[in-house]
Amino acid sequence: MNLTLKVWRQKNADTKGKFVTYQADHVSPDMSFLEMLDVVNEDLTKKGDDPIHFDHDCREGICGACSLHINGRPHGPKQGITTCQLHMRTFKDNDTVVIEPWRAEAFPVIKDLAVDRRAFDRIQAAGGFVSVNTGGVPDANAIPIPKVIADEAFNSATCIGCGACVAACKNASAMLFVSAKVSQLALLPQGQPERYRRVQAMVAQMDAEGFGSCTNTGACEAECPKEISITNIARMNRDYLTAKLIKQEEA
Amino acid sequence: MKLDAKIPEGPLAGKWSKHKFNLKLVNPANKRKYTVIVVGTGLAGASAAASLAELGYNVKAFCYQDSPRRAHSIAAQGGINAAKNYQNDGDSVHRLFYDTIKGGDYRAREGNVYRLAEVSVNIIDQCVAQGVPFAREYGGLLDNRSFGGSQVSRTFYARGQTGQQLLLGAYSALNRQINLGKVKMFTRHEMMDVVKIEGEAKGIVTRDLITGEIETHAAHAVLLCTGGYGNVFYLSTNAMGCNVTAAWKAHKRGAYFANPCFTQIHPTCIPVTGDHQSKLTLMSESLRNDGRVWAPKTVELAQKLRKGELKVTDLKEDDRDYFLERKYPAFGNLVPRDVASRNAKEIVDEGRGVGASGIAVYLDFAEAIGRLGEDAVRARYGNLFDMYQQITDENPYKQPMRIYPAVHYTMGGLWVDYNLQTTVKGLYCLGEANFSDHGANRLGASALMQGLADGYFVIPYTLGDYLATIGPDAVDIKHIAFEDAKKSVVDRVNHLLSLKGTKTVNEYHRELGHIMWEYCGMARTEEGLIKAKGMIRELREDFWKNAMVSGTNNEFNQSLENAGRVADFLELGELMVDDALNRKESCGGHFRLESQTEEGEALRDDDNYAYAAAWEYKGDNQAEVLHKEELVFENVKLSQRSYK
Ligand SMILES: Cc1cc2nc3c(=O)[nH]c(=O)nc-3n(C[C@H](O)[C@H](O)[C@H](O)COP(=O)(O)OP(=O)(O)OC[C@H]3O[C@@H](n4cnc5c(N)ncnc54)[C@H](O)[C@@H]3O)c2cc1C
Ligand code: SF4
Ligand code: FES
Repeated sequence: MNLTLKVWRQKNADTKGKFVTYQADHVSPDMSFLEMLDVVNEDLTKKGDDPIHFDHDCREGICGACSLHINGRPHGPKQGITTCQLHMRTFKDNDTVVIEPWRAEAFPVIKDLAVDRRAFDRIQAAGGFVSVNTGGVPDANAIPIPKVIADEAFNSATCIGCGACVAACKNASAMLFVSAKVSQLALLPQGQPERYRRVQAMVAQMDAEGFGSCTNTGACEAECPKEISITNIARMNRDYLTAKLIKQEEA
Repeated sequence: MKLDAKIPEGPLAGKWSKHKFNLKLVNPANKRKYTVIVVGTGLAGASAAASLAELGYNVKAFCYQDSPRRAHSIAAQGGINAAKNYQNDGDSVHRLFYDTIKGGDYRAREGNVYRLAEVSVNIIDQCVAQGVPFAREYGGLLDNRSFGGSQVSRTFYARGQTGQQLLLGAYSALNRQINLGKVKMFTRHEMMDVVKIEGEAKGIVTRDLITGEIETHAAHAVLLCTGGYGNVFYLSTNAMGCNVTAAWKAHKRGAYFANPCFTQIHPTCIPVTGDHQSKLTLMSESLRNDGRVWAPKTVELAQKLRKGELKVTDLKEDDRDYFLERKYPAFGNLVPRDVASRNAKEIVDEGRGVGASGIAVYLDFAEAIGRLGEDAVRARYGNLFDMYQQITDENPYKQPMRIYPAVHYTMGGLWVDYNLQTTVKGLYCLGEANFSDHGANRLGASALMQGLADGYFVIPYTLGDYLATIGPDAVDIKHIAFEDAKKSVVDRVNHLLSLKGTKTVNEYHRELGHIMWEYCGMARTEEGLIKAKGMIRELREDFWKNAMVSGTNNEFNQSLENAGRVADFLELGELMVDDALNRKESCGGHFRLESQTEEGEALRDDDNYAYAAAWEYKGDNQAEVLHKEELVFENVKLSQRSYK
């Protein structure tokens, strides 16, 4: 099939970007979306043009590196997958495909379609851990955890830190991501001692990074490739309030 | 230089405790005077960086991705082994040791492997304490499964994403130290060279992948935790950015490279569909617990299937050859990876392969669905089935999957002694990047174990011994060695950028991959290897004349990054071929057609090849020099591996 691509090109963080149109011909339905871009890039390189820059690594939906906004939707038109898992059979001959980077103040563009998501790392560093050193921990089976709780924590733990939730949100809120991280540890016994301190530290960092506030539109949940549920947000809000109101001293 | 593995004397089970006692300690008050560089923050690097920082050392950590959480360890699916014997099914440290040595076809060190099995139990405790959500039973305790041909259930897992969950655990420990200011993290930085002063590693040169700035960093020791080099084959299950650059630069600075030809080809991957293919996707080995591998009995049937004249689901039971069950009645579909892969290749070579290309065999769940029900199969493998359907557009609940082997893991790597130190003092190597524990074939679920063993439980002890010896005096970043190393990096970058030929870097990479797969893949011959050597040399020469690299240095330039990595693969490829040529026996994943048993199994030659081959770099386009580390087996009897 043949496609028309409208791709956001931006040299670096300091220059203004614009859409550039490219023709992608002889696209095979078996290609992944990123392989389609690879082919376009080979052509650009041969013409002496700068290839389109985008982040990617594992190409199997787990590292969270790929991050394209395709036809107005983070990770493209299909539910529950990342851009690297999107296959060209989803598109039709002669389709026009608009490709943009994540748009959020807290995720400045580095070049073309690649953005800086280090704000996520800084939020995690603010409190997304259990303070245990290597060695000197109890036997693994000394901490029994009911399967339902373990499964629930696992659901939160599947977040791959891609940032699609932020890109999907009109306020560029990071609540889905942060709440997934907070929830995983808040649900588990290992996370209890630092539960309230953690939520405060992570939320404070989230605010400092310039993410917007949550107005409960649910767009994040709809676009999350790992289908992280917004019940995580409710759980985090509850913990945050508890921390503020009652547990201040402990926290 | 004579290789000294520094394996402690004495009985196997006591070696590590005795060694730990004999290692020097750094005075707690002095630890903050030392700086350690950790390159790579996958399982090995993140666990090492966090643990060393906890001890009080200052750590500078580097990775090429935008976040440590994206290291390729993230992609591991199946699980991690540990000799916990929670299932009471006869597991023990000794059994894990024995399985690993045997699985590696007796080409690994007893001492290292025993230590690995010993500390495996601590890893699980550590990860659970961090909040890693391993699978659990209804009673609240940890669940295990049997994996990759093991006859006990010792594999801990986290649905199909054990690697991500373990890495997030190590990353959280790393984050905690970043927050405390003990680790300074440099993301999107690529290590380009090692700096040596008077023969000892004292720092590195990096390129900031966003600004292009070439920087130098000084430290008392350097740890390389930079993963495997499977991407030398172009197509592999590795992430796109996986590379050999850090290890290769270290090699050129004096670190010996051991067993480079030992590559693992994983039997259950989704087959190639076309030239556009950029990587291969692994389907977890756990699928072989319930799936049955088969091919049509005759070439005629295979042809009909390929042309679509016959539907796979219409093929009669009698016309199917469950070749693994037929040839290996004891292990059946659960034979080790190398054996399963080779058998699939044989089928395809005979013309009995399936799929449009004819380069695949079937993995069938019909029997399991009949026995357990579709829901139970979905509960076990649902995410893998979805992934398969996503990629192939075929429904594996209704028809068998098509699978074919793909390059997956590299057992070879920088030679290290028992302390994980390379042949360059002060330069250490951990995780997949080193060669140490898996011999000629790695067992499933043991790479995660090794990476974390190295990082959490080995290096915190062994590094201290070296640091205590050299003392805490600051390293002088003004030393001329830093300037020299930086200059050579700048020159190389400029050289790459000056390439304005006619062929893209990807085209070279793909060609290299074809050569490696064809001649240094699942079956190797003297003739083929000699041919491959010539082809790689030609390709490399051509690369430096005709490759095209876009852009400039002072920008985010993925074309330049890729060119540097491919240039290194073009050198490594030749060494792999040399190593495969030298080893005239078959063992594990290294199968020389000239050396097989009557039944077509890998035939080792213990009299002549029971050694680790460590190669010393002698200069560009010079033959490398082989050093042999003889392997001594005092606790296991070398036997022909048999899975019949
Ligand atoms: C698809 C797949 C599934 C797997 N499943 C399993 C499994 O179920 N069980 C199991 O035990 N093993 C499994 N393995 C193997 C296992 O995942 C890896 O061997 C292991 O995770 C490697 O860890 P590592 O820390 O050594 O390297 P990696 O996780 O690869 O990390 C390498 C690090 O080095 C950095 N780096 C590399 N080069 C440079 C450079 N030049 N400069 C700066 N930084 C650099 C990277 O940024 C990264 O941080 C699997 C592998 C694959 C490919
Ligand atoms: S919550 Fe979902 S969309 Fe947001 S970072 Fe995590 S995986 Fe991505
Ligand atoms: S490239 Fe890793 S999730 Fe898409």
